[in-house]
Amino acid sequence: MSKPALPVAGESEFVLRLYVAGQTPRSLRAVANMQRICAETLDGSYRLEVIDLYQQPQLAEGEQIVAVPALIKRLPMPLRMVIGDMSDVDRVLVGLDLLPRT
Amino acid sequence: MNPLHPLAKSSTGIQGLDELTGGGVPQGRPTLVCGGAGCGKTLLGMQFLVHGALHAGEPGVFMAFEETAADLAQNVASLGIDLDDLSARGLLAVDFVRLDHSEMEHSGDYDLEGLFIRLSYLIDRSGAKRVVLDTIETLFGALPNPGIVRSELRRLFRWLKDKGVTTVITGERGSDPGMLTRHGLEEYVSDCVIVLDHRVTGMVSSRRLRVVKYRGSTHCTNEYPFLIGESGISVLPVTSLGLQHRVSDARIPSGVPGLDTMLDGRGFYRGSSVLVSGTAGTGKSSLAAHVAAAACARGERVLYFPFEESSGQIIRNMASIGIDLARWVELGLLQFRAARPTQAGLEMHLATMLKQIAAFDPQVVVVDPLNSFVTVGNEDDVKLMLLRLVDTLKDRQTTGFFTSLTAGGDGLERTDIAVSSLIDTWLLVRDIENGGERNRGLYILKSRGMPHSNQIREFAITSHGIALRDAYSGPGGVLTGSARLAQEAQELATQVLREQEIRRQQDELGRRRGTMEAQICAMREEFAAMEKETRTLIAQSRTSEALLLQDRRAMAQSRMSEAR
Repeated sequence: MSKPALPVAGESEFVLRLYVAGQTPRSLRAVANMQRICAETLDGSYRLEVIDLYQQPQLAEGEQIVAVPALIKRLPMPLRMVIGDMSDVDRVLVGLDLLPRT
Repeated sequence: MNPLHPLAKSSTGIQGLDELTGGGVPQGRPTLVCGGAGCGKTLLGMQFLVHGALHAGEPGVFMAFEETAADLAQNVASLGIDLDDLSARGLLAVDFVRLDHSEMEHSGDYDLEGLFIRLSYLIDRSGAKRVVLDTIETLFGALPNPGIVRSELRRLFRWLKDKGVTTVITGERGSDPGMLTRHGLEEYVSDCVIVLDHRVTGMVSSRRLRVVKYRGSTHCTNEYPFLIGESGISVLPVTSLGLQHRVSDARIPSGVPGLDTMLDGRGFYRGSSVLVSGTAGTGKSSLAAHVAAAACARGERVLYFPFEESSGQIIRNMASIGIDLARWVELGLLQFRAARPTQAGLEMHLATMLKQIAAFDPQVVVVDPLNSFVTVGNEDDVKLMLLRLVDTLKDRQTTGFFTSLTAGGDGLERTDIAVSSLIDTWLLVRDIENGGERNRGLYILKSRGMPHSNQIREFAITSHGIALRDAYSGPGGVLTGSARLAQEAQELATQVLREQEIRRQQDELGRRRGTMEAQICAMREEFAAMEKETRTLIAQSRTSEALLLQDRRAMAQSRMSEAR
């Protein structure tokens, strides 16, 4: 499996939201993993927002959150969701459309 | 469980289900409702919530995993439930959980806290006391790692129980016959389990409900038919009707005077169930029309359920034998409710009939014929349905008049549906074939609680109704129709002949007596002649003997003189 060329910075900015439930070890792990993945692969051209559902429970319904942690790629289209603590980097990249689906 | 504080229950508002469970589902606990696709799980859950919201002051939350809120609203609108209005009034919140596997990637560990938060938010916002999770097992298909889903669901049910909300969880029936649900949800929801079943027999579907388990409460464990009608689910528990009907001594005439005579002169008991069975074309419907017309003429209301003819057809046909049913229909005393048996399942028919009976409040109900239902259900089901119908009628003191078509060649004294035990008065109309004719004979197979005729009467359909005639019964068997007339003529002829014969024999006897007397006379004369002759002979013979003796003596004297 060969990695496709990364999108050119500025051409398409990534808007990402990471929904977590409280400051659990899993939540913290997901946030750390995500920050690392973004820094390593998105070349500064991204916005990562971390949302604690305990603080804003009304968002869960609108975003169709069931499992947490959940990462939602709002831009570029199409919308994608990745669930889990983001420990499997390849799966996250697939979710970000940076790797082809298998 | 402390018997002084019996388990609190939440009424489901579903007719029959509350009776089966002694009040509803366990309050503050989860209840599992499982069954195959299209068996009514969602509807049951929705009715439970709506009833709580409108009648028990308990707002609810409906979490849908399969249908969108708009679809749900549309689906239940046909039952008169306005979901949008209920949500606007804060009584019912619907949350559609969309789980699109194709849009989701999975990377590492997760839990279902998001679901908890959503549910908790909705419950707290509306103060909900009732929750429905419809069909939560969808999570297994949408999320990876079933182990996580399993443990999270276990946690969810415990959490719901801790929150004190009464929850209905629906589950799809799996292919594994040992499991009630595809993923074994029954392991986690152990307080109350209700199984719905939707089966199709002979192209007609029927629905069943069974309370498999109810911890801490007695409940009925049988399978009960239920149906989805205009007002949602209603279960029909047989046991709710006991054998405690009031009985009536009042009698109602049948409308056929000859038949009343056979029934102790006074007709049927009011509130009894009457069955008339017979082969095709024996006049069962005509008899039913008589009963209906007679009841209407007494000012009673009659509800007629024809299952094979339209009402117009019945009115026309009965007019041809002099029964004017149209008049009673116009007066509002007679109502026809024609339906094809195949139009609906048995339960649906029963529910419709019961509803119409309740609405019209008739004194007499006619079902013509009963056994057309055999085409839509098996015999056991039909019998159960009739049992419920008969029970209801008896409970209402309504006389039930049923007809049953017996197949030719079959045992006549058996109905296809084996309902004889439910029937109080059973009339049998049969064909009697004789001398190139078919005629009808009627007799009473049984009639509980009254002396009744054991005779077979000839049953004739004339232009002015049914007439019962004495059938000829003699050495040649039972004769009806023209054979009876012929036999009667023949008997008359025979009688004339016999009288002539007697007269002839009497004449003969007279003649013989004359002859005999003449002969006696002749013999006597002959005898007299003979006697006379004989006497002369005897006299002559005595004379000659005396002469001989005289001669001998004379001779002796002469000899002695010689000898001396």
